[in-house]
Formats: sequence, C-alpha cells, structure tokens
Amino acid sequence: MGLPSNHRVWQREGVFPLELGGQLGQLEVAYETFGALSSERDNAVLVTHALAADSHVANHPGDRPGWWDAVVGPGKPIDTDRFFVICPNLLGSCHGTTGPSSLDPATGTVYGPRFPRITVGDWVTMHAGLLDALGIYRLHAVAGGSIGGQQALELALRFPERVARVVVVAAAARLSAQGLAFNACGRTSVANDSNFRGGDYYGHEPPISGLSAARMMAHITYLSDEGMRDEFGRRRGDAQSAASDALGAEFAVGDFIAEQGRRFALDFDANSYLAITRAMDLYDAATWGNGDLVKACERIRARVLLLSFDSDWLYPPKDCRELALALIRAGKRVHHANIPSPHGHDSFLLGSSIMNNFVHAFLAG
Amino acid sequence: MPRFDDPRIDPDLLAERDLEKLPPGLFEWRVAEVVNIARRPTARKPKDAPAPARWQDDIIVNEIPRGASVLDLGCGDGELLERLEKERGVRGHGVEIDLDTVLGAVRRGVSVLHADLGQGLHWFPDQCFDYVVLEETLQTLQNPRLVLTELLRVGRRGIVSFPNFAHWRVIVDLVAHGRMPVTARLPFPWYASENIHPFSLQDLLDWADASGVRLVSGHSHADGAVRLLRPEDNLHAEEVLVVLERK
Repeated sequence: MGLPSNHRVWQREGVFPLELGGQLGQLEVAYETFGALSSERDNAVLVTHALAADSHVANHPGDRPGWWDAVVGPGKPIDTDRFFVICPNLLGSCHGTTGPSSLDPATGTVYGPRFPRITVGDWVTMHAGLLDALGIYRLHAVAGGSIGGQQALELALRFPERVARVVVVAAAARLSAQGLAFNACGRTSVANDSNFRGGDYYGHEPPISGLSAARMMAHITYLSDEGMRDEFGRRRGDAQSAASDALGAEFAVGDFIAEQGRRFALDFDANSYLAITRAMDLYDAATWGNGDLVKACERIRARVLLLSFDSDWLYPPKDCRELALALIRAGKRVHHANIPSPHGHDSFLLGSSIMNNFVHAFLAG
Repeated sequence: MPRFDDPRIDPDLLAERDLEKLPPGLFEWRVAEVVNIARRPTARKPKDAPAPARWQDDIIVNEIPRGASVLDLGCGDGELLERLEKERGVRGHGVEIDLDTVLGAVRRGVSVLHADLGQGLHWFPDQCFDYVVLEETLQTLQNPRLVLTELLRVGRRGIVSFPNFAHWRVIVDLVAHGRMPVTARLPFPWYASENIHPFSLQDLLDWADASGVRLVSGHSHADGAVRLLRPEDNLHAEEVLVVLERK
C-alpha cells in the first residue's frame, strides 16, 4: 500500500474503545498538516477524507499532487496561507493508520477479518484525539466530501462545542437504499474472489479481481449518465489495452472503468474496503435524535454549509436537502446549495469555481 | 402536491364578470374615475415619485416582533433577513432559487435553502414559522394559489407584497394603447416579463375572503408615498404589502 510522503504518525496512548463494542490495543494515525497553527490556535481546519483517499489532501512543495488540490492549498478556498489544515487517514484504512492489514498487538499477527467493526463515530473520536494531541480544542472548520462530509457532520453532532463551521459536500444524513445496495454488491464481489480466503489473504495473492470489480461498480456511482455520455459515449475502446482483454470491455467507458478498478485494487486493502463501506452503510445522523433527524440537529452549534451536485446519484441532492431542512427546522444556521455539474458524485473532488466560491465565502464568514 | 391548479372554467366567475350584469352607471363611473385620475396635472409627470428602495423591508421590520421565527421566500441575498436578525433578533431562514444569489446570502451569513418555492413548501410541517414573507414574487409563480395556501399552512402569518396590476397607469396604458401594459414599475414587454400571473389588490382581497383568510394590516406605495392601505388603493397603489392570517 502506498504511503503518502510527508505524513506524520500519531501514536495514541492506551486502548481505543470502539462504538460497537470491542477495542483496539493500539491506534496509530497517519496524518499530514499544511500551513501554520496560529498562536491563538484558532485557525485549524480539519479535512476528513472519503472511502479511498489518504492524508495527502494537498501537495506540499515538491511532493505528489493531493486528492483535494482543487480546494486545499495556498490561495485556495481552504487557504493554507491562512488556515492550519489537518488531514488524518481513516481508522480501518490502509494508508498508514491502523486497519485490518495492521498487526494486532495482542496476537502479533495481522488483524485481517478479525479487525473489529468500526463506525463513522469511531473516526470522529479518532479525529478529536488527534486534535487533542495537536493542542487544538476548537476548529475553525471541519470539511469533507462524501463520507468525509458525514464525518464533518458527525463531528458537529458528537463534539458540538469543538467546531465553529461545518462543510458537508456531496453527502447526506445517511446513505440511500440504492447506495446500500451498491455497497452490498461490492462486498459480495470481494468475498467471492477465491483469493479472498475469508479475509486471511495476507502473505498470499490478494483478491485483486474481486476488489477491482467492486470498485468498477462503485465508480459508476461516482459518475453520471450525462458525464459518461459526454466523455465516452459509445466510443470503441483501445484494443491494445489490458482492460480490453477483460470480458465485455470493448467500449472506451468499459476500459476506463476497468482501469479505475485495477488501479484501485493494486493500492487498496480488500478488508479495509469492507470495513469502510460497512461503516458508511451504518451511518445515520438521526441516531442522535433516536431516529428524528430534526431532534438530532438540535445538538449542533456550528454553522453548516451543505453542497450537493445535481447529477450526483450516490448522495442525491434531495437527500442533502433533507438534511438542510432538518437543520432549518432545528433553528440552525445552514447554507444549502445544489450546484450544477455533469460529473456526478465525483464533482466534489474535481472542485469548480462555484463550489470554491461557496467554500471560500463560508470559511471567511 | 399538484403542480398546477385545476384549470376548469368556473361558470359563476364568468357570470359575475358579465358586463350586462353591472349595476346601471357603474361602468361609466369606473371609466370616468380612471380618466379623472389620469387627467390630473400631477399624472402628467412622466411617473410618480419612485418608491423608496425596499420600502417593504421597513414595514416588515416594524411588523415582526422581536425573537420571532421567519421564513423569507425568494430571499435574494438575504438583505431583509440580515436586518431582521440584527434589528429584531429573529431566527430567519430564506429560500432562494438563484445560485449566485444564494452565494450572496452565504456571504452575509444568512441561513438559506437553495430550492424552487414554486413547488410548494411540502418539506415544512404546519405552522413551523411565526412569519412567512413573500416579497414581489407571487405574480411570477406558476401556481400562486398553491404558494399562498402553503404560506399560511407553514406560517402563522404571511406577509405578501406585490405590484398592483389595477393601478390606474396600468389600466390607462392597456386601454390607450391596446397593448399589454408597460410602465416604469412594469417595464418589460409581455414576452419578457416574469409576471406571468398579474393580479390586483382587489383580486388578492377576494381570494382572502373566499379562503378564510383575514387581512391583518396593509400598506401601499401610492401617489409617491408609502402609507396605510386605503379603500381607493385598488386604483392608486402601485405596490402593496399585506399581512395575512387564517381566520
């Protein structure tokens, strides 16, 4: 698994208890920081990443591009000349933070399928611990897209006094039934790969083909019909490409999706994929109100910016609006905008002048 | 929620408007009244003194009690809500369809939902705001009756302002030129106007009467001044602001 350059590791002391029971004997968190913390410690912005990303949210001078360079960096909406930006890799992931591919200190062997069930709440508790370690109590803002957006929301619910502004992009209070169904397909694809071995594949050939197919399916949910038509249409694929050897991948769109799946599967741990998508499925912000989202939102003290994209069908605009309405009904200050974009769910990663203007205006206020 | 009102023809409405049924002399009297106003020396000026910018906002800020909850439909960049928050300590939220304008509301720090209010307010439960405000928008909506009904379902009181299409200058322009009115207040030709549902003060009062809605108070911009609503304002008011509630 590729580790980002310039990352640091925070070693949490003691066991880390988990929301659904169980605990981790040891928790290491890979994180990166950008910009400088002010002497008042009041300019910290936590960026929370989505399923597959890592702590490398932006590039440091001279290193590789970051996954949110469109939004984070000097002079960008999350301006690293002004803000101290922190981005930790998620618990359960495989880019430096403790996850299923880490060694269980209790047994000295890899966790694998024995890695305990984790939640968005655990991620947020981890974030808060890292902030404590960095000497930051109250965030200027927390910002994230997709399940990064759900972490941002959860942080405002779990630790209301620790954040002044919340930016939730391409996310909602919960994943739709359609989204749950896609994730179930993806996990089944991983589990059905004969190399999966019930999750104990470390030291063997990993379940590349199952994970690759899972990512292919998921990647469709990140794009849109319109975007795929514009980019690929029914254009024939490159017969020479490795992807074209795969079944049915004779169209350019198939080549593209297959290549996305292959690249992902080579860089990502299958057990991490299962752990993170299960946490994504479980999340429901309404839990804080015993199923009543308005009641849950009453906990929040921060101002909230909610951005959706009109072609996003993984976290569709109406689900984002549901969250906006709950915040309004709870009497909270919320700014909601549905941004036109042909790029589906991926719009949040690509950034756009409209999205950037909203984030910039919100963080300035 | 139906998108459009049922377009059935109402025979009673047709009969009520039949010119044959007008009381004797009323038609002549009405026409003379409009001509008299139009012939006044003051009317010869190109236009009446323009309304103070956003005069409606001053009335609304006075009307809404401290600490009330307010929903502003078509809130623009949130100027009114910002004033209400600063001067009246209200809890305010806006609904706005135009994305650039929503960005303006974010810059002001005003709470705003980016949505089309023309589809109704079915996302809001009954009576969840003290006041719902609809400024200069009703006549541009596809289904004004739905929005009026929703306004008083979601809010305990509704504040509605609108251009009065029975203002004498509008009537004179239509009669004199035989074309859809173009005035300083309504400057666009028929094909470019947002005003797809023109109505008069009397129309609104009729709707209120028939719908169990009470006029709490009203103001007009008439003859160059802002004042309390008067009986003759169906001809004299260029713009009207009314506060409504269910009886």
